[in-house]
Amino acid sequence: MSLSPTRPMRDLFIETLCNRMAENSDIWFLAADLGSPALDRMRREFPERCLNVGIAEQNLVNVATGLALEGQVVYCYAIAPFIAMRAYEQVRVNLSVSSQIRPVNVNLIGVGGGVSYQVSGPTHHCLEDLSIMRLLPNMTVFSPSDAALAAAFVDYSIAHQSPKYLRFDGKALPVLYDKVDRELLAAGFCELVPGSDVCLVATGYMTQRAVQVARESGCGAVDLFMLKPFNKEKLYAVLSSYRHVITMEEAFINGGGLDCAVASLLTEHRSAITLDRIGFNDRYVFDLGSREQLHALNGMDNAAIRQAIIEASRK
Amino acid sequence: MSMTIDRQSLVEKARWVRRETLRLHGLAPETRVASSLSAVELFVALSYAGIMAFDPAKPRWEGRDRLIISKGHGSVCYYPILADLGYFAKAELENICQEGSFLGGIPDTIIPGYETINGSLGHGLGVACGMALALKQKRSAATIYVMVGDGELNEGSVWEGVMFAAHHKLDNVVLIIDNNKICMLDRCAQVIKLEPIEQRFTAFAWEAHRINGHDLTQVCDTFHFCKISRSGNPKVVIADTIKGKGVSILETDNLCHIRSLNAEELQSAIEGLS
Repeated sequence: MSLSPTRPMRDLFIETLCNRMAENSDIWFLAADLGSPALDRMRREFPERCLNVGIAEQNLVNVATGLALEGQVVYCYAIAPFIAMRAYEQVRVNLSVSSQIRPVNVNLIGVGGGVSYQVSGPTHHCLEDLSIMRLLPNMTVFSPSDAALAAAFVDYSIAHQSPKYLRFDGKALPVLYDKVDRELLAAGFCELVPGSDVCLVATGYMTQRAVQVARESGCGAVDLFMLKPFNKEKLYAVLSSYRHVITMEEAFINGGGLDCAVASLLTEHRSAITLDRIGFNDRYVFDLGSREQLHALNGMDNAAIRQAIIEASRK
Repeated sequence: MSMTIDRQSLVEKARWVRRETLRLHGLAPETRVASSLSAVELFVALSYAGIMAFDPAKPRWEGRDRLIISKGHGSVCYYPILADLGYFAKAELENICQEGSFLGGIPDTIIPGYETINGSLGHGLGVACGMALALKQKRSAATIYVMVGDGELNEGSVWEGVMFAAHHKLDNVVLIIDNNKICMLDRCAQVIKLEPIEQRFTAFAWEAHRINGHDLTQVCDTFHFCKISRSGNPKVVIADTIKGKGVSILETDNLCHIRSLNAEELQSAIEGLS
């Protein structure tokens, strides 16, 4: 495992997808007026299958549905809160409901999950998506912590017919994974740092923090990058070697996201493992500042996590 | 397969469909009967006048024309047509809205012959645009018909689709507006003014046709023109219709959308058709 800087996950994902588009003429990429340097190449090479539908997320999802019903593999690309919430009813009806009867391979890419657009305020923060997408039947929810995972998801997304929500961070993050294989994607999680007593279970950007804190404190760090579906038995087997779990997500807690997925798992097993939750707590963020400052204000920075570990291990 | 029968037979077919729609409403009073009665000639023309290509034995046959019924609630009149064409056994009609049936108050893709999930308004045109792109890329000659109600035009997502279809020159899309002029609680003109509808569409670079939606000759001729025309523009057929057509107590009731007929009203309505 290395900790080296990389380019944003969206760039690596789009580059990989671009290569697949060259081999597979059934792949389409629709954007709601959002770009990326890697997208310029795709637009140039596949102008007929790489479309900017304009600032119209509802239509983005509807058009994608029509293409998918004709057997195409479709990617929808927009700013996370807008694709997740402006078009939520289109996602519900045309993807979640529809795919129960007819295959619909539509992949919704939300860029800027959590507070990665940190100074743009509550409209551009995306703290609800993990909960509301996980809620939808037939939906896959993918929340990668680095660009290697994101790029590896391209082949998975082509092969799996279900509708999917991909939550990409808006910033370039250090690479955590040397190799991502099918088995790892099928499990849906990875114990990146084995430890004892307390296990940090994180997703997306917060996995980066979990790895840093775990390495210095001796606790474990699990990256739950596939919030739905993941291998529950396997994850429970990993968590069983700890006494406490602390979930960490750049999202609202207690609303159906990562924390609730882990809580359900522990409840299903009548587990004695205790659970604490780190994330945004039922309040929007109007504060301005760096991501580090926003996290500090909301009890999500490394100092707050260390404190939570100390308190958990005292129990 | 596409069917062609003479105009007089089409008129008789429409009368039969209306009677069946009322009968089904008697079996399932939760069905939106007035919204279905306004669209009868539109469905009859698409199904029996050689307009749509389809194969009831293979509902997803690649070469078929697509029909997206965005005003799903107002298409119960399509159930007897689908059964008549052989998409499913006519006996299925008797179980409408009952346990074990696939014929619900609002139709979904579980019914052979239906392409999409319906019931939430404003989705059909955008989905049709996606199909139109895919079919153009495959060099398919198929046409995509989308049936919407006029009240549905209140939905903003319809206009996102309108702009998209024109920009991408989706001339394989035909939007059919069942312009029955009444939404759930009032006349559309009293709620959100839609006129002049054809100017609104032509302003968005659509080719607009306005017809009497109960005149089968006009309906068939216009649909036929739209099917073969590939002018570079998407086409809209604004079919002026009467909500509850054929049943006077519905035709004269601005609240007919939510009206269920009792047994006595139903009997007199069926007798009134002939």
